[in-house]
Order: sequence, then C-alpha cells, then structure tokens
Amino acid sequence: MIKLRQIERNFEVGDQIVRALQQIDLDIGEGEYLSLMGPSGSGKSTLMHIVGLLDHPSAGTYELDGRDVTGLDDAAQAEVRRSKIGFVFQFFHLVPYLTAAENAELPLVLSGVDPAERRARVAEGLAALGLADRSEHRPDQLSGGQRQRVAIARAMVASPSVLLADEPTGNLDRSSGSEVIHLIEDLHTNRGLTLVVVTHDPEMGGRAKRQIHMIDGRIHEDNARDSA
Amino acid sequence: MNFSDFPRMAARVLVRHPARSSLMLLAMSIGVAAVVVLTSLGESARRYVSDEFASLGTHLIMVSPGRTETSGVGPSMFAGDTPRDLTIADASAVARSPLLGDVAPMVMGQANVSWGGREREVPLIGTTAALRRIRHWTLAQGRFLPEGDPERDSGVCVIGAKVRQELFGPRRALGEWLKVGDRRCRVTGILAEEGRSIGLDVEEVVILPVAGVLALLNRPSLSRIMANARSHELMDRASDEIRAILKERHQREEDVTIVTQDALLATFDRILLALTYTVGGIAGISLLVAGILIMNVMLVSVSQRTSEIGLLKALGAPRDEILRLFLVEATGLSLAGAFLGLLLGILSRLAILRLYPVLPLTWPIWAILAALLTAFLVGLGFGVIPARRAAALDPVAALSHH
Repeated sequence: MIKLRQIERNFEVGDQIVRALQQIDLDIGEGEYLSLMGPSGSGKSTLMHIVGLLDHPSAGTYELDGRDVTGLDDAAQAEVRRSKIGFVFQFFHLVPYLTAAENAELPLVLSGVDPAERRARVAEGLAALGLADRSEHRPDQLSGGQRQRVAIARAMVASPSVLLADEPTGNLDRSSGSEVIHLIEDLHTNRGLTLVVVTHDPEMGGRAKRQIHMIDGRIHEDNARDSA
Repeated sequence: MNFSDFPRMAARVLVRHPARSSLMLLAMSIGVAAVVVLTSLGESARRYVSDEFASLGTHLIMVSPGRTETSGVGPSMFAGDTPRDLTIADASAVARSPLLGDVAPMVMGQANVSWGGREREVPLIGTTAALRRIRHWTLAQGRFLPEGDPERDSGVCVIGAKVRQELFGPRRALGEWLKVGDRRCRVTGILAEEGRSIGLDVEEVVILPVAGVLALLNRPSLSRIMANARSHELMDRASDEIRAILKERHQREEDVTIVTQDALLATFDRILLALTYTVGGIAGISLLVAGILIMNVMLVSVSQRTSEIGLLKALGAPRDEILRLFLVEATGLSLAGAFLGLLLGILSRLAILRLYPVLPLTWPIWAILAALLTAFLVGLGFGVIPARRAAALDPVAALSHH
C-alpha cells in the first residue's frame, strides 16, 4: 500500500546541503509491522514524516494505496492524513487545555463528523484503552502512560489504515512503555493496522517482524529484502 | 470541519486562557465604550443646541449692523470700514413690513446696577416689549416693558431672578428704584427663572427700554434687530424685504448682515456634527490600540501554541482551516469585547444621567453599529497576521518545537 521510489530529501543548512534521505526505495504492505531503526541523524524520522505526508520529498515518488500523493497540494494532503494516517509521538502532543476526551476528539472534529457521533466514538475509543474514567481529565492530571494512551486513542479514533509511531515509549518508564507497545501491537494484530515504529531502541525495534536499519540517509539493512 | 466547530473551538481556547482573554476583552470593551459614550455626548450636545434654538422660535431673523462678507468685492469695500448706524427708526421702519410679526430693536452692554448700597456689574439689554414675545420669556412677577414709542425711555426696568436675589435678598423688589449707571429706573417685572438661552443667562440681566440704554451707554447704533417672520415660508421673502427697507434708508447702501435662524442652526448643526465625528474618531483610535494589543497577544499565543498547531496539521487540518480558526478566535474576542463595551457604555450613560439629569443623552444608533463593525473589522484585520503565521507553520518544525 505504501510505495516509495528513489526518494531524496535535502535540507539547506546555511550554504551546505544536507542529504537526509538518499535513494530510498521502500514498499510496505497492508497490515505489515515494521520498525525503522538507526542512530539519530540517520534519516528515520525524516522518512516517517514523508510517509506521514508531513514533509515533501525533494525527489522521487510516493504512492499510497495506488495513488500518487507526491505532488498533492496542502488541502489534499491534509485530507489523506485525516482519513488514512494516525500519529503517535514521543512527547504525546496533547493539547494542554483540552480534556482527554476533547484531545481524542480532534481528528473527528477536523473531519467534520457531527458531535453526537463524535462523543460515542471517543467514549468507545477511550474505553478500549482503559481510560473511560479519565475522559474529563486534562493532560497535566494524567500520568505519562495515560497520556500516551490518550494519544493512541486520538490516533485511532478516525480509523486510519497506517499508524506511525515515533519513539512512542521514548518518554515513558519501562512498565508504562511496555504497556503502550503492547496496546499498539494489539491494534496491529486485531485490526490489521499497518504499523510503523520509529525507534533507536534495538529491543523495541526487534519486536517488529520487519526491521529496517538506516544509516546516513540510506536503508542499510532491511530483513524482509535480505531474506527475500 | 463543521461550520459550528470553529466558534466552539475558539470559545474553548478563550475560556481556558482566562488571563489572556480578559486582557484583550478589557482593551476592546474600553475602546468600544469610549466610542459609544463620546459620540453619544457629541450627539447630545447637538440636540441640546437644536432644542435651544427651537426655543427661540423658528421664524427668527437677526439683523446686525455692518456687512460680513467672506469673499468677493462688496459695496462696503468702497464705503469704508464704518457702517451706518442701525437705529431705532430703522427698526420701526422694518416693523411696518406686513411679512413680519414682532420686531424688537436690541442694544447690549454692561453697567453697574445698585440698590440700597449693594452694587453689581450686570449685562444690560435695551429693547422693547416685542422681545418678550420673540423670545417666549415669562415673568415671575410684575410686567415686562410697556408697549409704546420705542424712542421714549419710560424709566422702568425688568430684572433677572438672580439679580433680584443678589440686590434685594428677601425684600420686595417690585416698585423699587434701581440705579443703573447714572440713570434710575423703577423695577416693574422679574423674569421667571427658566429662561436660559444661547449666549445669555436671563437670570443675570437687567432689561430696560432701548432708548434709555442707548443714552446710558452713549451709543449711536443698535446691536441688532430681532424680527419674527409671520410664517416659516415667508422667511426668505421677509429677509429680502428687510434688506430692501434698510438699503432704502441707508442711501442705497447694503450695510447690514441678515442671518436667519435656519442658517444659524444649520451652521451649528454642521459644527457639532463634525465635532461628534471627530470625538468618535479619536475614540476610534482606542479601538485601534485594542486591535494592536489583540494582534500582539495573538502573536504570542501562536508562538506558544506552535506545537499545538503542528499537531492539528498532523491530524489533518489544512492551512486555511488553521487560518480560519485563529481568525474566528480574534474576531470572536473582539465582538465579545464590543458587547461588553456596549454594556460599559450603558452603565456610564446611567452614571452621567445621574450627575447631569438635564442633558438629553441620546444613543446614535449609527455610533453603536459603527463601534461594533469597527471592533469586528479590527479583530479580523489584526487577526490576519497572527493567523497567517500560524497557518504557514511547517508541521515538522512545529511538532518539534517545545
């Protein structure tokens, strides 16, 4: 469903050009569980941003579900993000003045779902993540693990087909981290969600069936390709 | 996004940042209140003056000696600077016109008035019985000047209520002899207190027969002639006739200025309306200041909420929705401030009415609408820069902002 061909991403830093991604060819099938690993600066986050349509490649093409999304304008890209892609971030990115339910509701608000249906779907989503009694709490009244679970509820509420998780446990202690990774993996197993986890932690990256190692903006190792 | 979700989200932002929101509300409401109250005061002043003029009667024509011309070469240019005197005989000649009702010669000056060892300097008016009818004065006691030959000094006088109080105190004034300058007159009437008209506090004057005052002040000329046209429609014809009569009497020289009340009122009206607009405009500056404050606070808010904006983009908000969200926030705030300002204005109006019950305080509806509209436009206008900045944020950079 995701098809990247000859993706390049260059940044201009001063008068230097930093080549963050070079010649990336990557196919990700529906329902795949994949981890992107590599040291910081290896380009794994940049690659995730391009897959998530938050960033444009400098060259190459990106096909999502058979549609070329490389040259889409801002509004069309936003529409693709709303309907197909969910994000989970290292720093949760919850809106501080909104309650857990209001945070989880945001994607539905942006999609123009009407309020009654929004409430029902948010309540269901929060309950599935064990947050039913936390829905009226603000982020600062929640623990780190609870915050990340609210973020997962938010990512899933619009039923995307791809979940992009950027260091999802990077800001959590060990036990809530493993709780969070199990929840995400359950979503992958039970709903057939395509899951991309970006991490520098080999232990977590090793949980994925397919593991991609990046170095200096290139795919250094891809166990699916290597085994094929 | 649904249409109704824009105000809902904006309201949530505003309600949950109370310190920031109330600061902007305060600025905006003070601006709107200032516009509404100041224009209301200006408008009230205009009404007040109109009412005062109306109380003089609406068919009034005033004739003064000398020709006032602002442009062109008039006959008086060649006649020299000193105009011919306007005399009692002139007034009597004018009074014979069938187009005019009452005609009163007037001369005004100052003189010392004394009685029983008390002395005051007061404004004097020399006139005839006709002036009371023209000005609709009423008397508290006694009678006004007698009818009769205006060239004769009947030796009587009418005094204002305040003059009576200050000279006579609790004693009876009617029938007493007053010393006015070097002449004496007998008090036959006391004006009622309500008479206050433009440029003249009737409570403080002493009114004598015109011939007496001319002699007392040693003046050759009247200050003016006041005349009432028989009807409003006859005003122009009456003015022309007065001009013709006086020209005939002054060796074919047009050396008087004739002003109708309509013209005077229209001038005052224009001046006061301009004043109202000016004051309103000055108050409008406070609205601009409020707008700049809103812009400032919104800019700070955009940079504080950078990661929130990045998140909204990641969740699929296109650029123009972010723009709209921030614009709705700014205009919503402005409008809320405007309504608060109207409320403030209403309260100040009640306070002013308490302090000055006589002021006919009105609410020009145009000022209220203009204030609301300006507030809205200010919010929109000054919201644009912050909103555009928010919309233009790069999502990746915004998300990594802490």
